[in-house]
Amino acid sequence: MLNTFMVYVENKPGVLTRVASLFRRRAFNIDSLTVGRTEKPEVSRMTITVDADLDQARRIEANLYKLVNVLLVENITNQSAIVRDLAMIRVAAKHEARSHVFELANVFRARVVDVAPESLTLEITGGEEKIDGLLELLRPYGVLEMVRTGIVAMRRGSKTASVESPAEIRPIGASNDDVSYSV
Amino acid sequence: MGKNKSTMSGASILWECLEREGVRVVFGYPGGAILPAYDALKHSKIHHVLVRHEQGATHMADGYARASGEVGVAIATSGPGATNMVTGIATAMLDSIPIVCITGQVGSKLIGSDAFQETDITGVTLPITKHNYLVTHANEVARTIREAFYVAKSGRPGPVLVDITKDAQQSTCEFDWEAAKPQLPGYRPDLSPAPAEYAQALELIHNSKRPVILAGHGIIVSGAMREVRDFAERAGIPVAMTLLGLGAFPASHPLNLGMMGMHGEAWVNHTIQEADLLLAFGMRFDDRVTGNLKTYAPNAKKIHIEIDPAEINKNVKVDVPLVGDLREVLLELMPKVESIDRSEWLDSIDKLKGDSAVRDIQNLPDSGHLYAAHVINDLWHQTRDGNTIVVTDVGQHQMWEAQYYKHEHPRTLITSGGLGTMGFALPAAIGAKVACPEAEVWVIVGDGGFQMTMCELATMVQENLKINIAIINNGFLGMVRQWQEFFYDRNYAATPLLNPDFAKLAEAYGIRSMTISKRSEVVPAVESARQHEGPVLINFKVEQEDTVYPMVAAGAALHDMIRRPSPIVETAEDE
Repeated sequence: MLNTFMVYVENKPGVLTRVASLFRRRAFNIDSLTVGRTEKPEVSRMTITVDADLDQARRIEANLYKLVNVLLVENITNQSAIVRDLAMIRVAAKHEARSHVFELANVFRARVVDVAPESLTLEITGGEEKIDGLLELLRPYGVLEMVRTGIVAMRRGSKTASVESPAEIRPIGASNDDVSYSV
Repeated sequence: MGKNKSTMSGASILWECLEREGVRVVFGYPGGAILPAYDALKHSKIHHVLVRHEQGATHMADGYARASGEVGVAIATSGPGATNMVTGIATAMLDSIPIVCITGQVGSKLIGSDAFQETDITGVTLPITKHNYLVTHANEVARTIREAFYVAKSGRPGPVLVDITKDAQQSTCEFDWEAAKPQLPGYRPDLSPAPAEYAQALELIHNSKRPVILAGHGIIVSGAMREVRDFAERAGIPVAMTLLGLGAFPASHPLNLGMMGMHGEAWVNHTIQEADLLLAFGMRFDDRVTGNLKTYAPNAKKIHIEIDPAEINKNVKVDVPLVGDLREVLLELMPKVESIDRSEWLDSIDKLKGDSAVRDIQNLPDSGHLYAAHVINDLWHQTRDGNTIVVTDVGQHQMWEAQYYKHEHPRTLITSGGLGTMGFALPAAIGAKVACPEAEVWVIVGDGGFQMTMCELATMVQENLKINIAIINNGFLGMVRQWQEFFYDRNYAATPLLNPDFAKLAEAYGIRSMTISKRSEVVPAVESARQHEGPVLINFKVEQEDTVYPMVAAGAALHDMIRRPSPIVETAEDE
C-alpha cells in the first residue's frame, strides 16, 4: 500500500541526496517525493509516498531517523490529512473540442492558464485521484504535455506538526556522552 | 587549556581538534590536496604512521578502534587517495566500527570542474558511512571534527568521513573550541525501551523452557560482558556466539555453546532450531547466522535487544524489541529476572553434541599432514595465557580460527565479519598493535588475502612493530575452492595460486621467517616466534584441499549442515 511520510530535515546541501540514496540503497521504491521550505528557514519539509507494507514502513521510518540531518518523521498514511498535487496539462483543443475542454476544466475547477491556437493548458490542484480523473477525460482529445509536482500533505485538525528550531530541539549537551567534550 | 581563542589555519585547527578528541596516532598517506594538513603536523604531538596504501590506513584505524574501543583515524589525499579508502570504510560500516577518515579535497573554487585528483568522495561514500562532511571553510573545521567523533562513537558506531578542501586547510580563522560544540538536532543515539516492553520480555523469559542467548558484537561495543554473564548465570540460559561476538562471553564458561551459523558448531545450530526463545543481544540476524529465514528457529519467540531501531524486524520478525544500549537494558532487566533451573534443557544440548567431538580433527591421529586446525589449535595452546590479540583475514582460516581459538576476553579477536574483506588482517593487526603495544599480536591470514595488502609489511617494519604473522598457506583461495568443491562440481576455476616464497619475501623486509609443513614443528615455531624480538612470518604449508565443516549452504536451513565425513580424509596408513 502507499504510505505517506512527512519528513523534516535540516536545510543543508546534500540532504535530499541522502534521503533519496537511502530509498535506493534499501530498495524501497519512491512513488513521489516533494521538498520545499517551511515556516522555519533552517528546516525543509519533504512529503514522500512509497509503496510499503506496515513492517517496511516502520523500517523506512527507522532508517530515515538514522540520517543525521533528519529531524522528524511522521507516517500520516492512516491519518486524516489534506493531500494536494498540482498538475499542468497541455491538451490539444481545436474547433469544437475547445469548448469541451473548457467545460471539463470548469467541472474540475481547473484553470486555463495558457491559450494557443491549437491547444489549451490547464492547471489543476487537488488530490491525486481528482487529477487522474481529469486526465482520463482529457486523453481522448490528446494530452500533449503534462507535469505534476507530486503530493504535499498536512494533517487536518488543530494538531500542528512542526519541529523546534534545530538548535533548540535537542542540544547535544543533554546526552551523557558530553563529558568527552570538556577540555 | 590555552589557545582557547586564537587565529589559526584550518590545517592547524584540524590537528588541535584531533588532539582534543584524544587522538594519539593517525594512519595516513600524503598527497597534494592534504599537504597543508601534513605541513601543520609538525606542531602536533600526534604520531603519524605512514602506510603503503590508503586501504591499509583505514584497516589500521579500524584495527586500532577494535582493539582499544576508541576512535581510529585515517588520513589521505583527494581523488585516488580517497577512493582507496572505500573498502576500509565499508568494512568499518558493516561491522559498526568507529573510525574518522579525513581526506583532502581540491580547492573549493575547483569543485565540480574535474580538477586534477578531484573525486566526489562524499558522494562516493554516502551509503557506506554513518555520516560524512564536505568542509569548505576553515571556520567549519572545528565543529565538523567534533561532530564526526561524536557521531562515529555514539549509538551504533560507524565510520565518518570528513572531506576538507585545500583552501579550507590553508585559510585562517578564529579558533574557539567551546563555541564549536556539535549541533546535531536530529541525531538520537540514546534510545531506551518502554516499561511495557521490559514486562513482555520478562514474561517470555520466565515462561521459556528452552531459551538461548545469541551473543553478538553489540556486547563488546556496549561493554556489557559482565552483565551478559550475570544474566546468563542467573537465568540459566546457554550462550551461542556470532563471529564478531567471540570474546564477549568466555569460551571456557559452562554456559558457552560456541559459534552459530554457516560454519558454527552443529550442536549450536541444532540448539537454536530447537529453542523456544531466542534472546538476541546486540546482533543483527545476518544471513550467515540464520540460514534460510523461512525455517529459522521455527518454534522460538524472539527478544531483540539492539541499539539500532532499523535492525528490528529487518531479517527476523521479533516478538519483543528492546531498543537501547545493551548494558543499560540488561541492568534494568536483571533485578527482575528469576533464577530458573534449566538443567534439563542444558543436558539435552549436551546430548546434541553427539559425535561432534570425535569428528573433530583435533582428536584424530596425526597422519603426518599439517592441517590449519592443528596450527590454530597449537597456537591457541601456546598463547592462551598471554595477553594475545588474534587478527584474521577472511576465508577458511578465519572460520578455523573461530572454531579452534578459544577466546576468553573481548577485543582479542579482530576480524572482518560483515563485509568479509580479504586483505584486512595485516593492516588491522598493525592498528591493533599500535593501540595495544603490550599485547602479543598474531596475524592469521591465508596466502590469498595476505597478498592483497602485504605492502604493509614495510609499514610494520618502519614502525618497529613486533607482530607475528602465521600464513595458512594451502596454495588455493581456499574458501572459494571449497564452494567450487561443493557447489560447482570441483571446477577449480581461478582458485589455485602460484605464490612467491613468503620466507624470502619476509627477508627482503628484514623480517625473520620460517616455513613449516609438519605438525611437530608447529609449537617450536610458535615459541621461537614469540621469543624473537622483532616481527616474524611463519609460512605454514597446510593440506591443500581441506574443508571447513560443518557448513550450512547459502540459503539452506540452519540445521541442514554438510558434516565432516567420518572418518576424515586420509590417515597415516593410506600413504
